Amino acid sequence: MNSLFSYVFYPVVLGLLALSFVKDKKKTLLSLKRAWKMFITVLPQFLAVLFPVGLLLAAMTPEMIQNILGSRSGFAGILISSLVGSVALVPVIIAFPIASELLKSGAGIIQVTVFISTLTTVGIATLPLEIRYLGKKTAVLRNLLAFLFSYVVAFIAGVVAI
Amino acid sequence: MRAVLWIKIFAGMKAIARKHWFLVLALVIHLIVLLFDSSVGMTVLRFTGKNALNFVFLLVPVFLLTGLMDVWIDRETMIRMIGEKSGLRGVLAAFLLGMVTAVPVYALLPVGGILLKKGSRISNVLIFLGASASIRIPLLIFESGSLGFRFAVTRFMANIFAVFAISFIVEKALTGKDKAAIYENAEKSIPQ
Repeated sequence: MNSLFSYVFYPVVLGLLALSFVKDKKKTLLSLKRAWKMFITVLPQFLAVLFPVGLLLAAMTPEMIQNILGSRSGFAGILISSLVGSVALVPVIIAFPIASELLKSGAGIIQVTVFISTLTTVGIATLPLEIRYLGKKTAVLRNLLAFLFSYVVAFIAGVVAI
Repeated sequence: MRAVLWIKIFAGMKAIARKHWFLVLALVIHLIVLLFDSSVGMTVLRFTGKNALNFVFLLVPVFLLTGLMDVWIDRETMIRMIGEKSGLRGVLAAFLLGMVTAVPVYALLPVGGILLKKGSRISNVLIFLGASASIRIPLLIFESGSLGFRFAVTRFMANIFAVFAISFIVEKALTGKDKAAIYENAEKSIPQ
């Protein structure tokens, strides 16, 4: 999904850049300079995110996630699913097939939904990066609320989508 | 002479460690893993390398766009569109902007930063980030394919509610001082 989006994103951005260059060379060069500076200043933080992500990816294979989420039911299962979703950084394009398999093998719909929700909205590994841009209070509060609302969304899905 | 040099190097390293403590921590953890279990360590390294490439690939257009937005969009326009007094129209604009993008939240943070720098309302930035994380039109099609139409649509609707609720609750929780600090930070994080 992400790379697919990039295939659309790249031509669009390059087109805008070309348009900008035609309109005003100086401004365009300034924009490139600023883009580069921004990139360099946050690069260490992005790299800092990459290592934990690498660790998590090595530790959590799709099979393992399926085992953790599939084997437990009830509230413990929901809690574990949401915690796994919060720390994992699996691309959604991989997560949906996992979720589909889980549902087929009998996992509860609430567990699966809470996993997808936390996966997409809560980012423990990327929290330092978020703090840099949004400030500590906003970033922590946003993640905390996203965690809680993942439960709300999951329960709604559990009630409606059966 | 030599001792002075070492002290200087040490001081420099300390400064780097303090500034990028998270990166240093991540590297130390990784080193420990590598020492304990070299095969797992190598797997991590491989994943990290592959991820780094994906990251750069994903981030290059994001930063190019951020740079363009910085020079072309003037503050007044942005404030009018999604600023403090933009009202419902601003909310809608932020929501639609987020809905059509499909990159992970962390990749969109620089864009969030530039929106703040240009005077966007904080809740609108959060709506933008939230919508791009959990309300994605391209993803909806894929989700219905693997999890069923009814499930996907239910989640879609519930997520819209969640994104707005989170954004407004966070904004309500922020004091005037908090907000001023966020805008000041946004100003600093985008170099001139």
